[in-house]
Amino acid sequence: MPGVKIIARNIARHVIAIVATVLLGGFLAATLVRLAPGFDVDEEQLDPHLNAESVQALRQARLEQHNIFAFYFYSLQRAAHGDLGTSISLGQPVSRLLRERAPLTLRLVGVGLLLSWAVAMALALSAAWLRVTAYDALTTVITGTFLCIPAAVLALLSVLWNVPGALAIALIVFPRVYRYARNLLAKAYSLPHIVTARAKGLSELRILFWHVVPVAGPQLLAVAGVSVSIAVGAAIPVEALCGLAGVGQLAWQAALARDLPLLTNLTILVTLVTLLANSGADVIGQMLRGQEA
Amino acid sequence: MSWRTNLGRALACAVLLLVVSLSLAANWLAPAGYAKQYREAADAPPSREHWLGTDEIGRDRFARVLYGTRISLLLAPAAALLTTLMAALVGGLGGYLGGRWARGAMAVTDLFLSLPWLFLLITVRAMMPLNVSPLASVLVTFLMLGLLGWTSAARVLCSTAGSLRESDFVRQARASGICGWRLFWIHVLPNLKPVLYAQFWISIPAFILSEANLGILGLGVAEPMPSWGSLLKELEGMVSVGEEPWKFVPLILLVVVVTSFQLVLSKQEEVAA
Amino acid sequence: MKDLLGRLAGMTIIGKKLIAVPIVCLGLLASSAWAQGELRFCLRSEPKTFDPLKVEDDASVTIRYLTGGVLMRMNRRTQVLEPELAESWKVSKDGKQITFKLRSGISFSDGTPFSAEDVAYTVKQLMDPALHSPTGDAFRSGPGNVETKIISPVQISITFPAAVAGLDRQFDQVAILSAHSPKKEMAVLGPFMVADYQPGATVLLKRNPNYWKTDAQGRKLPYLDSIELDIQPNRDVEMLRFKRGEIDLVNSLDSEYFDKLAATSPQLVHDAGPSLDSEQMWFNEVAKAPLPEYKKNWFRSAAFRRAISEAINRDDLSRVVFRGHAQAAVGPVSPANKFWFNARLKAEVYSPDAALKALQADGFHLQDGILKDKDGNAVVFSIITNSGNKYRERMATMIQEDLQKIGIRVNVVTLDFPSLIERMTQTFDYEAILLGLTNIGLDPNEQMNVWLSSSENHQWNPQEKSPETAWEAEIDRLMKAQASTADAKKRKEDFDRVQEIAVEQQPFIYLVNRNALSAVASSVQGASPVILAPQTYWNVETLSLKYSKPLTGQLRQNP
Repeated sequence: MPGVKIIARNIARHVIAIVATVLLGGFLAATLVRLAPGFDVDEEQLDPHLNAESVQALRQARLEQHNIFAFYFYSLQRAAHGDLGTSISLGQPVSRLLRERAPLTLRLVGVGLLLSWAVAMALALSAAWLRVTAYDALTTVITGTFLCIPAAVLALLSVLWNVPGALAIALIVFPRVYRYARNLLAKAYSLPHIVTARAKGLSELRILFWHVVPVAGPQLLAVAGVSVSIAVGAAIPVEALCGLAGVGQLAWQAALARDLPLLTNLTILVTLVTLLANSGADVIGQMLRGQEA
Repeated sequence: MSWRTNLGRALACAVLLLVVSLSLAANWLAPAGYAKQYREAADAPPSREHWLGTDEIGRDRFARVLYGTRISLLLAPAAALLTTLMAALVGGLGGYLGGRWARGAMAVTDLFLSLPWLFLLITVRAMMPLNVSPLASVLVTFLMLGLLGWTSAARVLCSTAGSLRESDFVRQARASGICGWRLFWIHVLPNLKPVLYAQFWISIPAFILSEANLGILGLGVAEPMPSWGSLLKELEGMVSVGEEPWKFVPLILLVVVVTSFQLVLSKQEEVAA
Repeated sequence: MKDLLGRLAGMTIIGKKLIAVPIVCLGLLASSAWAQGELRFCLRSEPKTFDPLKVEDDASVTIRYLTGGVLMRMNRRTQVLEPELAESWKVSKDGKQITFKLRSGISFSDGTPFSAEDVAYTVKQLMDPALHSPTGDAFRSGPGNVETKIISPVQISITFPAAVAGLDRQFDQVAILSAHSPKKEMAVLGPFMVADYQPGATVLLKRNPNYWKTDAQGRKLPYLDSIELDIQPNRDVEMLRFKRGEIDLVNSLDSEYFDKLAATSPQLVHDAGPSLDSEQMWFNEVAKAPLPEYKKNWFRSAAFRRAISEAINRDDLSRVVFRGHAQAAVGPVSPANKFWFNARLKAEVYSPDAALKALQADGFHLQDGILKDKDGNAVVFSIITNSGNKYRERMATMIQEDLQKIGIRVNVVTLDFPSLIERMTQTFDYEAILLGLTNIGLDPNEQMNVWLSSSENHQWNPQEKSPETAWEAEIDRLMKAQASTADAKKRKEDFDRVQEIAVEQQPFIYLVNRNALSAVASSVQGASPVILAPQTYWNVETLSLKYSKPLTGQLRQNP
């Protein structure tokens, strides 16, 4: 079975690339945070009750992270033993923070993605099938409106109307997915063999699954991969505003507090999710393309 | 191509022209300027003097919308264009060249998608002088947005270009001696257009909003200059919708402009499709 | 799931209460403050610690206030110290020693009895030099060790190496720990104890069954069964939840929301008048700052600073930015601080013409509407403030317009807080900063580290090796003098003079004192908001809820 071998080799290649990229991502993130101004200051230093020794002690606490190479090396060493370090701002082990908060974000992003794809595909498919200018303009206005509303306002509205945060995420993500999907589907439907098939009166579902999906499928999969990172990005304002204790809220707090151990681990996590989603989309896309050939 | 499509496009063109000319005529339409503080009439509802009311420190909202249009309508599409070109370059070329190139391009894209760029922006702000002119600050901001925003489109483009590479007509073109840049330019790039248009269209409002959010880092349009982004930020503090509907005017205007852009582009999109 | 079960359990209790209503009805008539229930309000950040000695952030201060038992407490309304765990106390004449007589028969929330040993243990822990807590540092007046002497189980004396001014008041912040309890800092003496903590979401406090206090009728305090503190950094969301009846109290309410609420339900909002907090701006006077020499010369000139101060329309700031819920600031001490405020000082009168004249006398001149110094440099500077604080952003923009009138161009820059602090405390790469100062305590010693020229927190020019100006030397002398005596009259004289010098020299240009605004739901009984933190729940023991909240109050955001 040479096909299986090729796929296995492909997967192996992806795994190696993922590990390398994740490590590089962690290092780059740590470097960015370290170099940004405000790294070795704490708001607490401004407390007028503190005497000089205590302010010095606060500063000393950050010193061990001054050398970014040493920090990264020791962190990796500790991570190999399952210790992801301790958050500076929250004083808790990073692994515990992630464990406690990841499920909520996973659910939030997962449901948000499903919803946004359902809405986006429904709109894009109906626009492609109908090919009515007025309908297309209507969907453009609707998606355009959601694109123009600040994410923070959408999150606030979800609090105002007491609707789940996942809906806010869906509303942030779906216009983006829709625009890609609509353009890709429109292109697929304008291909000569599909136009012919429609003229022949083949059922729409048959055309969709036999002709359109093989053409637009791989690219839609790539959009799916990317939409994961868009949704993860949207989770930050939504969680922060809706008071949801997830990874997004954690990321926001960590960024404000220049919490190096937490930020590095969060970046590694986000890189991993992004890579898995995108590589997964690539691998399935290649399989689809292989089938088509 | 129906007459309705043409009408829609003509209408969209007219709207864009109108918005542009209104913003250019701001000096005459709002002679008091965007910075004048009517401190006796702060946070006022619409009136004959202030058609869209005033903001929290009494500045005329109508004037601010007009002047804000200049910056946002000029710079956001420019940054969107930059980001679309970057996406075409990294994603399209990577996918078209295939193999190691494609893998490299995608690894870079994935990294870009996940790094905390916030800190780069904070560093950029720190490197600029504090007394930088508002225009320089806003130019830098949009440049950064353009340079950082290309990632998702590049991912999709790479996949599209990858399948094009293996398609029959590119093989035929290659067999008939067309190769290199010409092949990419004539046969591959036009087929990437649906994704490029999508990216361009999504980027414009996204960048207008991002510019306002970057205000928290001291980037973006500095006070007292207005921008659509900063006007839209006013909506964030509203506890109830509908109490002050005039505050939604910037949002409606943005939606109208973005939709018009889309309708004007739709001709090109259909040709591409 | 656990949360849902908890809610269900809570509802059954409410159900039982409803059945019991006829029985307690008479009691209700006698005192309507008898219904218990769960009070809810928001913490604006994650509490960093539950250890009362390590507390430095606001959220932890709140929890310490609600759970910690203290030897004495400053009554937030009368600003007078009242006995708590200590029946009485005595400070020695030299201000070095304090002797407490403790109440007997009190035990911690876990049942461990309370005695002088616990006080000794707490002081020892607090004064551990490795702890670096603001609470402990406030007691550190000089080198040497703190001695504790247990005279009897209910009597203890504590001796400090040097006089600590306002020594007794500092004990308002010291929550007593148990020396013996296996539950360590989770065993408390205050009215409530931490029962559950969901990081990022809520802290649940339950009433301390062993709390020692009773009301005038002999009923055990506190009245409330529990307090739910929701962690919610966003003010807009907090306000929304208050409007929906999901939370009962809002401290330091935004003036915009105050007005909106006042328009519909004026009985819910309280304006207690000017608070101790001040908003101020200052120029960079650091000699080694990376600024051009001519700019340093402006900023180090008192005449320049006074002129800027005179050209700022403070009344407009309070009227427009704070919608009238603020007062033009006078000096370092808010008029709300009744004893220490120097009543001879008056707020600066806005006068751009006088400011311009003073600048011209100092060598500046107007040229084509632009103010220039004697070497022809146009007067341009930037004011930085922290982003996300809309009031400060608006004040800066208004100051920008005010100063434009005397030919000065101001650039307003908002920065994220860590970047701002780095510029302010390490690189000194700034020209002017606009920030607020939160004053918790009333005593001048609270501001010691701001005024001493050698201090890190002497913001306009920190850590001077020796005072760089005569007036800073004079302030140093006066601050040290007032700290070394227990004579209140002498201290007041010295600190009055400090305030006068500060107003003459304008190292800080004080802008406004914000009013203490708050909102209290109509279901809360016994609330009387004050200007001192914690405004609305300072008398938490005697707060009660009139009726159980409607079911919508139980609804929560679910992902």
